[in-house]
Amino acid sequence: MATNPRPQQQLAVWNDPQAVPYVHIDRVTKKFGDFVAVNNVSLKIYKKELFCLLGGSGCGKTTLLRMLAGFEEPTSGKLFIDGVDVTDLPPYERPVNMMFQSYALFPHMTVEQNVAFGLKQDGVAKDEIATRVDDMLKLVRLQQFAKRKPHQLSGGQRQRVALARSLVKRPKLLLLDEPLGALDKKLREHTQFELVNLQEQLGVTFVVVTHDQEEAMTLSSRIGVMNQGEIIQVGTPKDIYEYPNSRFVAEFIGNVNMFEGRLIEDEPDHVRIDSPEMGGTVYVDHGVSSAPDAVVSAAIRPEKINISTEKPAQTDNVTQGVVKEIAYMGDMSVYLVQLASNKIVRVTQPNTYRHADDSITWEQTVYLSWHASSPVVLSE
Amino acid sequence: MKQSSTFRISVLVFGFAFLYIPILSLIVYSFNKSRLVTVWGGFSTQWYGRLLENRQILDAAWLSLKIAAINATGAVILGTLAGLALARFGKFRGRTLLSGMTTAPLVMPEVITGLSLLMLFVVMEGAFGWPAGRGFTTITIAHMTLTLAYVTVIVQSRLSSLDDSLEEAAMDLGARPAKIFFLITLPIIAPALVSGWLLSFTISLDDLVVTSFVSGPGSSTLPMVIFSKVRLGVSPDINALATIIVLLVTIGVILAGIFMARQEKRRLRDMQMAAAAK
Amino acid sequence: MSARAEAPRRHRHSAGVQLILDFLHRLPPYRWTQARLVRWGITGRTAVAAIPYFWLLLFFLVPFIIVLKIAFSDARIGIPPYQPLVQWMEGGVMQINVHLKNFYSMVEDSLYWKAYLNSIKVAGISTVLCLLIGYPMAYAVARAQSTWRHILLMMVILPFWTSFLLRVYAWIGILKNNGLINNFLMWTGLIDEPIVMLQTDFAIYVGIVYSYLPFMILPLYSNLEKMDLTLLEAAADLGARPFKTFMTITLPLSLPGIVAGSMLVFIPAVGEFVIPELLGPSDSLMIGKVLWQVFFTKRDWPAACAVAIALLLLLVIPIVLLQRAQAAEARGAHR
Repeated sequence: MATNPRPQQQLAVWNDPQAVPYVHIDRVTKKFGDFVAVNNVSLKIYKKELFCLLGGSGCGKTTLLRMLAGFEEPTSGKLFIDGVDVTDLPPYERPVNMMFQSYALFPHMTVEQNVAFGLKQDGVAKDEIATRVDDMLKLVRLQQFAKRKPHQLSGGQRQRVALARSLVKRPKLLLLDEPLGALDKKLREHTQFELVNLQEQLGVTFVVVTHDQEEAMTLSSRIGVMNQGEIIQVGTPKDIYEYPNSRFVAEFIGNVNMFEGRLIEDEPDHVRIDSPEMGGTVYVDHGVSSAPDAVVSAAIRPEKINISTEKPAQTDNVTQGVVKEIAYMGDMSVYLVQLASNKIVRVTQPNTYRHADDSITWEQTVYLSWHASSPVVLSE
Repeated sequence: MKQSSTFRISVLVFGFAFLYIPILSLIVYSFNKSRLVTVWGGFSTQWYGRLLENRQILDAAWLSLKIAAINATGAVILGTLAGLALARFGKFRGRTLLSGMTTAPLVMPEVITGLSLLMLFVVMEGAFGWPAGRGFTTITIAHMTLTLAYVTVIVQSRLSSLDDSLEEAAMDLGARPAKIFFLITLPIIAPALVSGWLLSFTISLDDLVVTSFVSGPGSSTLPMVIFSKVRLGVSPDINALATIIVLLVTIGVILAGIFMARQEKRRLRDMQMAAAAK
Repeated sequence: MSARAEAPRRHRHSAGVQLILDFLHRLPPYRWTQARLVRWGITGRTAVAAIPYFWLLLFFLVPFIIVLKIAFSDARIGIPPYQPLVQWMEGGVMQINVHLKNFYSMVEDSLYWKAYLNSIKVAGISTVLCLLIGYPMAYAVARAQSTWRHILLMMVILPFWTSFLLRVYAWIGILKNNGLINNFLMWTGLIDEPIVMLQTDFAIYVGIVYSYLPFMILPLYSNLEKMDLTLLEAAADLGARPFKTFMTITLPLSLPGIVAGSMLVFIPAVGEFVIPELLGPSDSLMIGKVLWQVFFTKRDWPAACAVAIALLLLLVIPIVLLQRAQAAEARGAHR
């Protein structure tokens, strides 16, 4: 496996080997019949983190979440929350609450009754229930809707009721299943920031399941990318985006151009890849430890490629192609450039100046180039 | 979790025992040699032979079958029209009344329905001379009134569970309303019509109370004959008759069940294939 | 594969129908009729709605009006051909007396009162028993694995398709003195002489619960089956134990199903005739049986009509409850 050195991380809790994880998922496997939904997953999540499980549908992220909540029993492995083994605890005895994708608001109860439900189960005194429910509704700005039934609320309001209901019990861990999935795009963006603020304010540990990579990037302190029941990579949003550890992660998060090629130079401070697909050589300014002559891929993000009509003065990291498509997106423009090998390369350029894209047009021959620090070398 | 599933299984065992032991006892005792129905006197099929010799029961069964078949057919036609009107014509004048009149017979005690229909037939005969006397015609009319309600409900719910874009598409493609009905709507609701027909047939075959009111001398249906015999106590040939009916119904229901399960399976497989293709 | 094989056949069939219809549309009688109908403002739609409408008006609504008139012994009935009607129609002054008599006697005669109250009692107790047996069954069926669910549901419906009369009859053989239960109990030695069960109120309850149990189970099943199970998970997540979850979430949400099922049992049970006649004591007072006797034995038609009207009034509230519950189920909304 090719490894890419990373710049020194700021001192985060997950880099401290002494730190005690708050949630510890220890070699957990879940099978449904022959189907392995979660395959030997181990994960450490720390206090006050906002951890996102990201993956496509059927990747096992929701099953993992449901095991944390207690709705599914692991086939093997253990779950610890705050040092306590909760593997065999039923959901109603776990110090965990969940916000459901459908919100699962009780339709026959008012907003107030919904929020009070969990406290009632714990036998909290009436006065205390009233004040805590009131405080919670104040926090999510739903005080004036306290007496309404769920069907009298808008989607965004329902989402806030669901959030209030799961937070009012002050859980050690809040699980959120696609918390913004049912909201429209505008509302979702607004709510994302609200969610982060609320999490910081209350200091509760969040585990969020989502299939939306943008959402994961905005919300989380760390992301765990899942595929086919396994965790592929865990890291901060920046780690995941800039230093994906596999083709899967690189392609799943954002857009990427992959050039397959052969390692022709493998030095500690640089590598050089000969890629006929790209029509030149890729020079990367850091070393990778890999077998010589190995077939690898160089992954380059579209925004890290420079497009110009004049030939840049460099011999590596440059290629030539014909512009096939231009999509004007407002804040930026997307170019699809066809290389001599017929490979289509995606390039994005910010529209910093109003008439910046006028110089490049369809069927024009252009040069693509990038900095030696941009490519990531992936061997799998 | 384990505890609750044991609870559920025992509930089902006791519940179905309650539902099926009486029926099974009918069947077992139909093969009893002894006349004393509940005292076992050895295996015998003699009561089936007796049943086949009993002209009264056979005549009544034949009459009941005829009425049931005509009734079911008529009820399906009328019920389809009513269901179509209620599900597809939007709001029209008198819709509430029509909807009320189609659902009311479902919840009306049979003694009331029977009595009121008899009064109508008496008054009609006095006024127009029709229906002359009571028997086949009046029983069929009464049963149709009763069972068309069931067909209407089945057809209406089937139609409203399907959106009307299919019919709209046909109309958009230039089909006349009548053609749309025969080419589009009818094939869609065909399963509902089959179950409506079977239900109407069964209800008609089984009805005692309404029939007793509106039938006349010489037109005793099967339930009326059974009732008059059963009133006097148990009789083994009735057990034999019950066994035959239970057997026929069971075969019918199981066949229908297999058919529906197969359709469901096919639908699921199609959906999976569609999902895989995506 | 099979779907592909079927498609051409269905297509051919449709083409045949279309051909016939096209042919019919070209025939002069069709065109003539259509032109006439359009001139009269009658479209196909009107005809479709009008046929069942007319049928139900004539055979369902009008009969009630006639029953009402006979119960009030209205003079405008005309000359009825039947003896009881004629007798009761004679004498102008008498008519008003008779008019009051039918309803007056229902208040006066304790027989009617007792029959009403007893019918409500019997139907009410039977409904509660049905609910107590039917709810757990509906719950168990609704929460069974989906492969089992269809089979179990079919098993609930199956008795409903076999003859009602014969199913009631089966209980005679089970409950009578030398019947199945007594024989069994005497064989085990638990009792020395038979317990009298047939021709008691107990037998009526058994008969009604047995006959109408599917009516209770089906609406409850359809409610419980479509219940959003994440609500139950949410309750568990918020700390409610299974029993508490059932009481606070499942039960309140299944209320429309409970009301619908209960009314579907209560309404026919109140007017029940066959079960008290076959299983109950000979002097059992059920309003359906009383109506039957007044009509067939006493041959007093106006009194029978008055009893029918009173029975109908008794059922107005249950019928309204049933319709509201069914509307709530259809909406899928909860209060």
